[in-house]
Parts: sequence; C-alpha cells; structure tokens
Amino acid sequence: MMPPPPATAGGSWRRDEARFAWALALPALGVIGLVALFPIAWTVWESLHLHDLRMPWLGRPFVGVANYAEAMTDARFLDALAHTAGFVAATVTLEMSAGLVLALALDRLARARGLIRTAVLLPWAIPTVVAALAWRFIFESPGGVANAALVRLGMAPPTWFADAAAAWIPLVLADVWKTTPFVALLLLAGLQNIDRSLHDAAAIDGAGPWQQFRQITLPLLAPALLVAFLFRALDAFRVFDVVYVMTGGGPGSATETIAIYTFTVIMQHLRFGFGSALSVIVFAVAFLFALAGIRLLGGRAFEDRPS
Amino acid sequence: MKVQAWPLVTILLVGAILFPLYWVAIASLTPEGRLFAQPTLVPDALVLDHYRALFGERDFWTPVRNSLVVAGATTAFCVALGAVCAYALARLRFRGKAAILALVLAVSMFPQISIVSPLYLVLRELRLLNTYPGLVLPYLTFAMPLTIWLLVGFFRQLPPELEEAGLMDGAGRLRTLWDIILPLSWPGIATAAILTFLYSWNEFLFALSFTLGPERHTVPVAITLFRGQYQVPWGQILAAAMVATVPVAALALAAQRRIIAGLTSGAVKG
Repeated sequence: MMPPPPATAGGSWRRDEARFAWALALPALGVIGLVALFPIAWTVWESLHLHDLRMPWLGRPFVGVANYAEAMTDARFLDALAHTAGFVAATVTLEMSAGLVLALALDRLARARGLIRTAVLLPWAIPTVVAALAWRFIFESPGGVANAALVRLGMAPPTWFADAAAAWIPLVLADVWKTTPFVALLLLAGLQNIDRSLHDAAAIDGAGPWQQFRQITLPLLAPALLVAFLFRALDAFRVFDVVYVMTGGGPGSATETIAIYTFTVIMQHLRFGFGSALSVIVFAVAFLFALAGIRLLGGRAFEDRPS
Repeated sequence: MKVQAWPLVTILLVGAILFPLYWVAIASLTPEGRLFAQPTLVPDALVLDHYRALFGERDFWTPVRNSLVVAGATTAFCVALGAVCAYALARLRFRGKAAILALVLAVSMFPQISIVSPLYLVLRELRLLNTYPGLVLPYLTFAMPLTIWLLVGFFRQLPPELEEAGLMDGAGRLRTLWDIILPLSWPGIATAAILTFLYSWNEFLFALSFTLGPERHTVPVAITLFRGQYQVPWGQILAAAMVATVPVAALALAAQRRIIAGLTSGAVKG
C-alpha cells in the first residue's frame, strides 16, 4: 500500500505518524472524556447547587459553597472522615507488614511456586462482596467459628457487629485478608528485581540475614514499597464494599466511612447537591494521592529505567 | 532453625489465606440447621440443598446472566477501543503523549463514589437506569483506563523493529498493526481482557446504584440483598458466594502467571 519513507520526506512522515496515532487513540479517549471527565466536572457544578430529589419544587438553585460549609459543620461527616482515617491507618499498616513478610516467604519458595501463588491470588481475585460475607459469617454472633475459637481459648467474645468498637476488627481483618496478596505480589516483583550477587557479596563480607535485609533489601525495595503504599492508601480511603456488606456503617453510624456516608446522602436521602460536595471532597483527597502516584510511576515509566 | 523458619511462615500465611474460602465452601454444603452448631474442621455430612434452592426457588440464573452480559460487554468494548489506543500511546510518536498517559492513569484512580451523582442523573435522563447499557457505560470509567494502562505496558515490551519490518515490506501503518503487531499481542490482550472481566464481574457500587430491581441485579448486588422470611439465609448466601467465586477463581488458576505479570508490570517495572 504505502511505500517506505524516503529519507528526504521526514517531516511529512512524522506528521503522518502523529495523525495515525490520534486516529487510533481518539475513540478510547473520547469514551474516557464522556464517562469520566464530563461526570467529574458535573459533580463539581452540582456541588454548588441545592438539589434535593425529594423536594423537586425547590428546583435547583445555585447556592455557592453552602454545601461545603454544611459539610464542615456536619458532625456525621466529620465522624466519617475520622473513621476513614483510622481505617486507612490500620489496614495499610497491617497490609504492608503482612505483605512484606508474605513476599519474602514467596521469594524463598523452592517448591510448588505456581500452586502457592495461585492460592495467594485467590483473595485478590474474588469479589470484595464475597470476602466481606465470608468474614461476616466467620464473626457471626453467637455461633460463628471466630467465637467458638475464642471460647475454646477461654475468652469471652464480644457481640461483634453490635459493638461500636469491636465491629472494626472483622472489618479490618476482611480488608487485610483481601488485599495483602496484592501488596505481596507487588513487593515480590520488586524483590525479584534485586541482584542476587549483592546478597552473596554481603554474605562474604560477613553480613547476617538481618543486616542484609536492612542494608540491601529494604533500600532497594523502597520504590515498590512506596507504590504499594500509595495504591493501598488510595484504595482504603474510598472503602465502600466491605463496610456496606459487613456492617452497613453500623451499629448506628459507628463504622460509617466517607464513601458510605456520601452514598447514603445521595442514594437514600436523595440530596444530590450536598452529596456532590462530599464527592468532590473525596475526589480532592484521592487526587492528591494520585498526583503523588503519577509522579512516582509516570516518572519511571517514561524514563524506562529503575529509579 | 533458620532453614526451617520460612517454610513454616509460608504454610501459616497460605493457611490463613485459604481458610475463609475453605470454611465458606464447607458451609455452603452444610444443612442450614447445623451452620452455627459446634464447628468442626472436617464436616461429617454434605448436602446440595442450598445450591438447589439457589437456582430452583430463587432464580439465581438471572443475576449470573446479568453479570456475564455486563462484564462481557464491558470487556469487549474496552479491548476493542483500548488496544489500538494503547498501541498508539506505546509505540507511536506524537505530541501530548505523556500528558494523555498521565490522564489515563489519573482516571483509573478516580474514586467511584465521586461520580455516582452525575452518572445517576444522566442515566435517569436517558432512561438507562436498570438497563445493561446503563451499567456498561459507568463500568467503562474504570475498565477503559485499566485496559489501556495494561496494554501500554505490554506493547512497550515488543521488539522495536516490528514496525520497521512491516513498513519495509511496503505495508501501510494500519496493515502493519493488523497483520504483524496484533497477532503477536494476543497474550497481552488476553491478560488485559481477563483483568477487565474480573474487575467488572466484582464491581459493586455502580451496580448497587444504577440497578433498581432483581431482573437487572448483578451477582454481587443480588447476594447482598438476599433476605429470608425470619432470618438471614446463610446457607444460600454462602452457596451464592461460591457461585460468584468459581468463574474468577478459574480465571485466576488458568492465567496465574499472566495476571501477576500484568498486575505488577504497570506498577513496578513501568
């Protein structure tokens, strides 16, 4: 069809390449613009209006930042924010620690690698809803297996999902169980990029396992640890499925996270204006995480060399 | 001592990972009356009652079909449009590429909750609430960036001489893409398709917000809305959980190596 480019026609050839690239990229980019960018702009616009579907006679008047002002004085919203921060801190800490141990174990695996990695992949692959139901069943009071185990150990288990403090334990456990495998697989890929000869050289110099871990593994794993941390923090911040299925935010609103509260305001109270303001706040916080992530990932992706 | 420690750690962790799944599988086969009786690790009687009730009394086929249709259509749409877009982003030179890649990555990190309100209003206006397109369109928000990002990583790994070879043979750019690049890319495209399908199959928030009745509920939504007459029908819930798990577990088993490579390539190796 088209002859190979003559050496003198570099300019038009380059223009042709750019035109071809845009033709290929535009349909997908158009879809992203339509289903993601346009809605997020709409959320921002909507957040500046009073829009209550239960009171259609009020119309949809512009109210400026009134919805944001309400959020700042809404005790339930501030509680949800605090709950979410606590959930992020607890789950990310546990997931990073357990994920690192699991990655180190998988890295040392001599046999049955494929089988064990498949097993590790399972919690990540199944629906979050299923994971949440499984753990709710395990912690069901009074007959669940968690209670049976605690009673056998001589402890008196709480009524998990009716107890404002104890309800967090199954929630955090379910999330840690579901997402630690992802952290471990990310870190395992990082571990396998570390040059073995570094450990050999250190061993010859008399460094023990702990010293090697501190001096070689941890520094070289730092980029992977940072990426895993950002992914997990971002994900935990917008947690919805686990909480909705296990506690529904209860008892009362004791385990209500920011995504759960926002969902309630929009889909149950039908307050689209106020709910959109909450959505924008969630988006703004997530955007800061994402910016940090893109600086990390993007920088390395474009340089094509490990940092 | 040191030699023995790591295998022990592995066994403990893998045991902790597998136990909840084992427990659900066993419980889904246990008669309702004994679900919360003294638990034993090895069951003494297994029955298929809950599965029979699930597909007989409850019509669980409908959510399964809904999930297959929605996840399948989302995957097909994303792979068709996303593959060529990813090819352009990975292997062609044009201005604005870096910005587009950053944008795609940023959109993939959007919290779903932040676009629920406008999507609901638009879908209501277009009369698409409680329809298949009314789920596929929202699903594209996370699935399209995911597909593109995965495939950009894959296309970058192909040898750089492929286009030159095609163009030297006198084939046009489109023909080179169609006849040389795409046939070599099926492993990457299959991986992207599997991951996109998994994410769509598992999605919950959009399906909960944009479906109104049991005739359009997807599997995750249907399970959470199970109600019994007097109490939580745990047996059927857990049987349904197994049904929701089997397709994705099968995919994970079949494509374990590819999935792990796809998951980690974008994040760790760039």
